[in-house]
Amino acid sequence: MAEELLKIIDLEVSVDGVKILKGLSLRIKSGEVHAIMGRNGSGKSTLAFVLMGHPAYEITKGSVTFRGKPLEELNVFERARAGMFLSFQYPQAIPGVQVGKFLRKSVQAVRGSAAGSAREFRTELNQAMESLGVDRSFLSRYVNDGFSGGEKKRLEILQMLLLHPQLVILDETDSGLDIDALRTVAEGINEAAKTAGCLVITHYQRLLDYVKPDFVHIMLDGKLVKSGGAELALEVERQGYEWIEAEVA
Amino acid sequence: MGKDEARDAVGDYRYGFHDPENAVIKFDKGISEQVVRDISALKNEPEWMTEIRVKAYHHYVERPMPDWGNMGLLNSIDFDAVTYFLKSSSGTAKDWDDVPEDIKNTFDRLGIPDAEQKWLGGVTAQYESEAVYHSIREDLEKQGVLFYDMDSGLREHEDIVREYFCSVIPYSDNKFSALNTAVWSGGSFIYVPKGVHVELPVQAYFRINSENMGQFERTLIIADEGSSIQYVEGCTAPTFSTDSLHSAVVELIAMKGATIRYTTIQNWSTNVYNLVTKRGVAYENATIEWIDGNIGSKLTMKYPSVILRGEGAHAEVISVAYSGEGQHQDAGSKVIHLAANTTSNVLSKSISKNGGRSSYRGLVKVSPKAHNCKINVVCDALLLDENSRSDTYPTMEVANSSCRVEHEASVSKVSGDQLFYLMSRGHSEAEAMGMIINGFFEPFTRELPMEYAVELNRLLEIEMEGAIG
Repeated sequence: MAEELLKIIDLEVSVDGVKILKGLSLRIKSGEVHAIMGRNGSGKSTLAFVLMGHPAYEITKGSVTFRGKPLEELNVFERARAGMFLSFQYPQAIPGVQVGKFLRKSVQAVRGSAAGSAREFRTELNQAMESLGVDRSFLSRYVNDGFSGGEKKRLEILQMLLLHPQLVILDETDSGLDIDALRTVAEGINEAAKTAGCLVITHYQRLLDYVKPDFVHIMLDGKLVKSGGAELALEVERQGYEWIEAEVA
Repeated sequence: MGKDEARDAVGDYRYGFHDPENAVIKFDKGISEQVVRDISALKNEPEWMTEIRVKAYHHYVERPMPDWGNMGLLNSIDFDAVTYFLKSSSGTAKDWDDVPEDIKNTFDRLGIPDAEQKWLGGVTAQYESEAVYHSIREDLEKQGVLFYDMDSGLREHEDIVREYFCSVIPYSDNKFSALNTAVWSGGSFIYVPKGVHVELPVQAYFRINSENMGQFERTLIIADEGSSIQYVEGCTAPTFSTDSLHSAVVELIAMKGATIRYTTIQNWSTNVYNLVTKRGVAYENATIEWIDGNIGSKLTMKYPSVILRGEGAHAEVISVAYSGEGQHQDAGSKVIHLAANTTSNVLSKSISKNGGRSSYRGLVKVSPKAHNCKINVVCDALLLDENSRSDTYPTMEVANSSCRVEHEASVSKVSGDQLFYLMSRGHSEAEAMGMIINGFFEPFTRELPMEYAVELNRLLEIEMEGAIG
């Protein structure tokens, strides 16, 4: 039976004293792909950041557990080591730190003793880079420094593949990608979704043409107001969010 | 390596140990004309050297303290408490086994003989005032490369030393160059013959082991036409409750088409005043590169300089400074363009933490005759907290309108979003901070021999471990 990875119950979250999430509940099992759709400002990225433990986001009510462990007991890096991964909407540049070394260090940090030898790492890295169509010259560049939007997202997905996470949170991974990049990135996500639980945050249906969600949730004003299958995303694509707003009101 | 393990293995300052002081000759504290004459007599020097020493001494006495920089710290130096000469070994050994046991222990702990075997063309190890060990690879010797400690250099090649000593930095240049000229002891003397390329770096290692010690080494490197050499120096000292003084003078001469790269990793303990004058002169199409890292010391004042005297000469100064609690790194560079088509590239990076202070003090000067020069100066400062301080004092005196001058300066902080990003990849806050600052210093680190680069990165990571609980 698939393991329950993430359990969010009645979560409320504030930033600088402003309440953004207003009672959100969600459960994700391993192997499931959940998509959260909603307009800009509905609280989607807040959910991604709070799950990963960004210090600016304060949980004021409710609970979140990852594999049965309350997340508040885990620091950001401990969440990563426990198997959570966030693909950032805006990945940070770290000048002077080479991608190759960064990937190796991160794999060692996250996977610990299971990280394998330097040679095993290289083999895995080469395969992952090939599957994402990433050039070898990538490895000697500095992390996200001077990267195009598409390059940044490919590096996020490359990290996701190498870190072997159990829960993947993808925050607007499709934004800024052309159609070819979108396809390769989606293939990467599908690869990870074979074993991991996935939470795909997006405000377009576009990515969902390639990554087929098991569940689609609509977020409005800090809450998940409607859930359904993949067809719900298509419905939103056709009709927008207004009919859902009307339904809720 | 885990955090505690790292600290146990290395300590906050891993070179802070000291071995028992076993002086063969130790002068009384303080300086006088007699002390200067005694040092010269002890070394059996030619009279002209004694005379320069004495003149320099008088200049030192008369010359006021600089009225700029960190005057508070400068004026707190007790020059009467300093031991100006201390000899710990009866001679300079050519064979490591002949080095006195206690001194050998010190350098073994610093990893010197190991490094020599692995990747160096020659080594000189200075303990207090004099070199205790010196060696050069046979093939270099056969090619006519002269590599001595400075005292031996003067004995063996007096004519060359006499021609170039004080030729780039006159003793009257500043108060500390005068002091050094008066009481200098040790340092390196190198002459590379025409067309000879010394592929492996030669290294000097300077160690102060006694309390209140003053170390005044003097280095002179001459690269004859079309030759090249890389020189690397490292320095450490024990952590004492009272201060020590290190005041070196380094003169470089790069003849037509020659290249000298001079790399320093200054890692004195934080009770050492480090007041150093370094300058090179580059003739036609010659290159002088200063790769200068300042990690330790209480106060460093050091501005490696290049005088571009011949057409087409090039200067490269890449420096980093790290200032932690109680430290002030007042560092920078000077480039003087005297000839046409000369180029210079200055990159300075500093990190200040826990109330530390970093200052960049730079001068670029272009003479009216120096047409078509290209000058590029970049200064980046990184502040790790609110209590730390960074200042930039750039001076540009350009008397020629055909030059292209570029100058950029930036001050930044480590952003919470960068830390969050790295931590989300499984790195603790200290590890994330270590990655960011190692990345910041990377343009410097990549210029170092690999062993030094690894050591420097580890050093900075440990600094970060100490910073974040």
